[in-house]
Amino acid sequence: MQTLTPETLKALRLKANDVRQGIIRSLLAAGSGHSAGPLDMSDVFTALYGYLMRHDPSRPDWPDRDRLLLSCGHIAPVRYSAMANFGYFPIDELLTLRKFGSRLQGHPERVSLPAVETTSGPLGEGLAQGVGMALGAKMDGKDFRVWVVTSDAEHQCGLHWEAVLTGAKFKLDNLTAVVDRNFIQIDGSTEDVMPLEPLIDKYRAFNWEVLECDGNDIEAFVETAQRATRCTDRPQVIVARTVPGKGVSFMEGDYTWHGKPPNAQQADEALRELAAERESIAACAP
Amino acid sequence: MRTLDAAAFSMHLVDYRAGDLKQVPTRNGFGEGLIEAGSRNLNVLGICADLSESTRFEGFRKAHPRQYIEIGVSEQMLVAMAGGLAAVGKVPWIASYAMFNPGRSWEQVRTIMALNETNVKIAGAHAGVSVGPDGATHQAIEDIAIMRVIPHMLVVVPCDAVQTKKATLALSEAWGPTYLRFGREKSAVITTEQTPFEIGKAQTFREGRDVAIVACGILVYNALIAADRLAREDGIECRVVNNHTIKPMDEAAILDAARACAAIVTVEEHQQHGGMGSRVAEILAAYHPTPMEFVGVNDRFGQSGDPAELIEHYGMGVGAIEQAVRRAYRRKTA
Repeated sequence: MQTLTPETLKALRLKANDVRQGIIRSLLAAGSGHSAGPLDMSDVFTALYGYLMRHDPSRPDWPDRDRLLLSCGHIAPVRYSAMANFGYFPIDELLTLRKFGSRLQGHPERVSLPAVETTSGPLGEGLAQGVGMALGAKMDGKDFRVWVVTSDAEHQCGLHWEAVLTGAKFKLDNLTAVVDRNFIQIDGSTEDVMPLEPLIDKYRAFNWEVLECDGNDIEAFVETAQRATRCTDRPQVIVARTVPGKGVSFMEGDYTWHGKPPNAQQADEALRELAAERESIAACAP
Repeated sequence: MRTLDAAAFSMHLVDYRAGDLKQVPTRNGFGEGLIEAGSRNLNVLGICADLSESTRFEGFRKAHPRQYIEIGVSEQMLVAMAGGLAAVGKVPWIASYAMFNPGRSWEQVRTIMALNETNVKIAGAHAGVSVGPDGATHQAIEDIAIMRVIPHMLVVVPCDAVQTKKATLALSEAWGPTYLRFGREKSAVITTEQTPFEIGKAQTFREGRDVAIVACGILVYNALIAADRLAREDGIECRVVNNHTIKPMDEAAILDAARACAAIVTVEEHQQHGGMGSRVAEILAAYHPTPMEFVGVNDRFGQSGDPAELIEHYGMGVGAIEQAVRRAYRRKTA
């Protein structure tokens, strides 16, 4: 297992900043969409595309690629921005988000954009499809990994837990789920709307390998994901604690930013903050 | 005994007028077809939600244990997991009672199978009121409606066990999201190994120019018997069409029947609302308005009872078909 060098870590932090700027620009152009989740998962997506996953942007249909499924399709802007920033399509295309004829549908559609792996948006369905892909890989002796990013609130869906049961039954050690544990959903705090805690104990009781980390710390997430993927007898879940709206001060921790985009003035302010953050990352010694 | 007419001969039908027909549940045809499909293509899988015996997965499990997956009582999972398996090259058949899959899993069917265009095959078992004593909770009579409305979906309802086997094999080789509907109870076998079967191609089982009966599923047999009685008792000669592919429907065959007979009766073990007959009506309304009568469940739920008793009670017996034909004929000649 490689270790993350200081140079690589710095490059990833800069990339995560680019991803966040892409999110703000695309949401402003779209005039609708979700802000908080995409921003808080920018570090995880950057770590996956930039370091952890086996993939090749020039060959999105490579049969041996790792699969990355975004179960909570509403945070599509982070996936699109990460894909653009890692070479899947031109960054300018982000400005077509949610527009007529765009490949960047409001919720991801595989038929429009095959590299998103599956069509998502209706919650609680991603892990179940990931279980199918991981089991298919095992049946065929393939060694690719299936990564599934889920929101915390979609743990309120019954189907998600059917998938958790099934993943454990088939000992899918080639399946790694990442939970965006930001504690918010449309109607408020997850713990007020429908409590999920103790989430970790639930997964343990279902015979999953459970890991936890700060999902906004790239180094911590990479280290945790590497530990997770060393597990050889069961699927793994990484509960990534994140700050909703991370990177934009006036959005951080505020659930009302779950489902709305910034207006022009707010976007300007957000981009100014992100530009300042980028400078400070660039100025640090690796 | 009268001989079969020319249309039936060209279709290689069993002499259904002879009586003593072989009675086999359509689900047996699925079970046999799937075993063969699994031998022809090792990527064909059977995924079961705790109903291996009654959906007839049992034989597949024994013949192809490495292609068989059991996931317990979780029908939404059935669809979603199959979507994932299809995405990595498998051809998964998922089977449960039609009431639960696609009944319970409809949104997953729409999103993961159809919008996402995956090669998942649903076998909907125990469809219709002929499930019998289990009662209304287990009698799927809305499934054709909810499946035929989904873009990209292929919907097939074979007329007997032999045709169900052929359909299972054909659908295993045809790419795309698919719904195959069949029943629990023994029903008359009217086709033979030689009877042709082609997805999307309706079959004329009996020729006649007075009224066309367009039927699907096990009620095709009732339609044939009704047609013979009508010929004998009323001198009304019916064309009988086995309209096994609900989507995409054979529009040419429907329009040809409408032009030839100028009156149509549809027959299905399903709600009249939204089913096969509704699709026939859509085609006729758009291209060739024709007097039409519907035989099917009339906006009610089923109940416990013997299958034959329920078919009669809900207006799908031979007598009900005869009456519908007479009504259609009167409207045509009025």
